[in-house]
Amino acid sequence: MKRFMNLKPSKVTAFFLGLLPFIIAGIFYIVASDLRLAENPNDKLLPSMASFSEAIDRMALTPSKRTGEILFIEDTSASLHRLGLGILISAVLAMLIGIPLGFIPFVRAGFSPFVAAFSMVPPMAILPILFIVFGMGEIAKVALIVIGVTPLIVRDLQQRVSEIPAEQFIKAQTLGGSSWSIVIRVILPQIFPRLLDSVRLTLGTAWIFLISAEAISATEGLGYRIFLVRRYMSMDVILPYVAWITFLAFLFDYLLKKLTYKLFPWYSAGKENA
Amino acid sequence: MSLITIKNLWKEYGDNVVLERLNLNIEEGEFCTLVGPSGCGKTTFLKMLLGQETPTKGTFLLDGKPFPDEPSIERGIVFQRYSVFEHLSVLGNVLLSMELKESKFFGRLFGKKRKEAKEKAMQMLESVGLGDAAHKYPSELSGGMQQRLSIAQSLVIKPKILLLDEPFGALDPGIRADMHTLILDLWKRNNLTVIMVTHDLHESFYLGSRLLVFDKVRYDEQAPNAYGARITYDIPVGNEKGAILTKVDKSRKKETNNYDN
Ligand SMILES: Nc1ncnc2c1ncn2[C@@H]1O[C@H](COP(=O)(O)OP(=O)(O)OP(=O)(O)O)[C@@H](O)[C@H]1O
Ligand SMILES: [Mg+2]
Repeated sequence: MKRFMNLKPSKVTAFFLGLLPFIIAGIFYIVASDLRLAENPNDKLLPSMASFSEAIDRMALTPSKRTGEILFIEDTSASLHRLGLGILISAVLAMLIGIPLGFIPFVRAGFSPFVAAFSMVPPMAILPILFIVFGMGEIAKVALIVIGVTPLIVRDLQQRVSEIPAEQFIKAQTLGGSSWSIVIRVILPQIFPRLLDSVRLTLGTAWIFLISAEAISATEGLGYRIFLVRRYMSMDVILPYVAWITFLAFLFDYLLKKLTYKLFPWYSAGKENA
Repeated sequence: MSLITIKNLWKEYGDNVVLERLNLNIEEGEFCTLVGPSGCGKTTFLKMLLGQETPTKGTFLLDGKPFPDEPSIERGIVFQRYSVFEHLSVLGNVLLSMELKESKFFGRLFGKKRKEAKEKAMQMLESVGLGDAAHKYPSELSGGMQQRLSIAQSLVIKPKILLLDEPFGALDPGIRADMHTLILDLWKRNNLTVIMVTHDLHESFYLGSRLLVFDKVRYDEQAPNAYGARITYDIPVGNEKGAILTKVDKSRKKETNNYDN
């Protein structure tokens, strides 16, 4: 018998092993929910599967009586719109700041301490300021994501730029490159896939800021909804929403990874060799 | 006038004297090999020639004028590693040389110019034996192929001087022999001036026209950094290109025979 540490599951086994914890958690939930409901049919903490499907029907399949819209779709599109805009602005800003910061000594000397200090500010603490400055509308929520996420990406990109071997910059100079042409031909293309990596890693943080901002002030959105129905202890709505948010987060992570491989074949190849 | 004039040149890092009292003239078309113990300042010397470092004191002239103090187009470089661009194909790497040289703002060539540059790049790749690999990425190449690519990248824009820092150090002996033939061939055809650092004494003797040995002549046990290295030997290993080449060919044959046994 081999040592346990040397035993490797086959593909199929690995798949079912991966599925197992989900199934166990599901069974646990159903059993616990049944027990509680048997004791008190009005218990709201662990709703039954039937009330979930009822809630999903109400939120996702039937148009709202008040507005005629399907709430779930409205919430999702509002949240994704904010998240997408926030991430996009952050990524663009981070490139504009991170690359010069990592590459040009004068810029680094001038702005590095400021960026370091700024990234220490807890974004949630300045949320009130954002509401005061930008009002309670969309801008404040997007701004919170931008302020929360940009410094993280900037610092990551700065690090990535300084990791590009100095030999490459020297070589490019001996080929006649200027600071500018080296940025666009040597740094930018090498930084793009790393930017996507960085965005993937900060997506979780972006969700936190999004949901927080929506919880405090919004009229629709995934975060708004779960905090709204909390008042009625509607676990039958909250849990599917949480599952949906989790699924979205997973999906974006997966898509970004695939996109990186597809757009930058050299990047993944280099990584495997390293 | 010599291509490179060096008189009483010193290089110090803080109170660490790395090189002292260097005196040297290098003529156009020479092939200098540089050897010396590890840490004696060979790379530092090459960096000064490249413009990446400046001498502490002394005369340091290129074509009778002070050396440009940043890397420039007349001095090509091949490092031991990391000198190709991994995000570009082999062809893209060679093309980039011409694009950076000719297009200062976009760093790109378009239309007819691009087509011409592509043809030139392909010729260059053929001459270093990478014609078939033109559309691969560097991560798909062997170490020797990457070094050949790096050489092609520098030579395609015709630098006056080609600097090499242990370019073949990481390669196995068989491939190294191929690289020697290649570099000698390119040197001969392009009227290049080559300065190459190596750890391999063999290489230093039979490659090129002039051997420079760097070493510390004075040494103080109490203060190992107080004295720098100088040029202790400056040996012509062949005054005339034809002669050296036949000699090299002979020794190369011997070399390969040795590997066969
Ligand atoms: N940027 C630097 N700052 C301070 N000291 C340096 C710097 N670069 C090199 N040195 C010192 O200069 C000396 C010579 O280094 P160099 O890299 O030129 O040696 P080398 O001859 O190329 O050695 P090797 O054969 O191992 O490559 C070493 O003592 C090193 O510590
Ligand atoms: Mg060295």
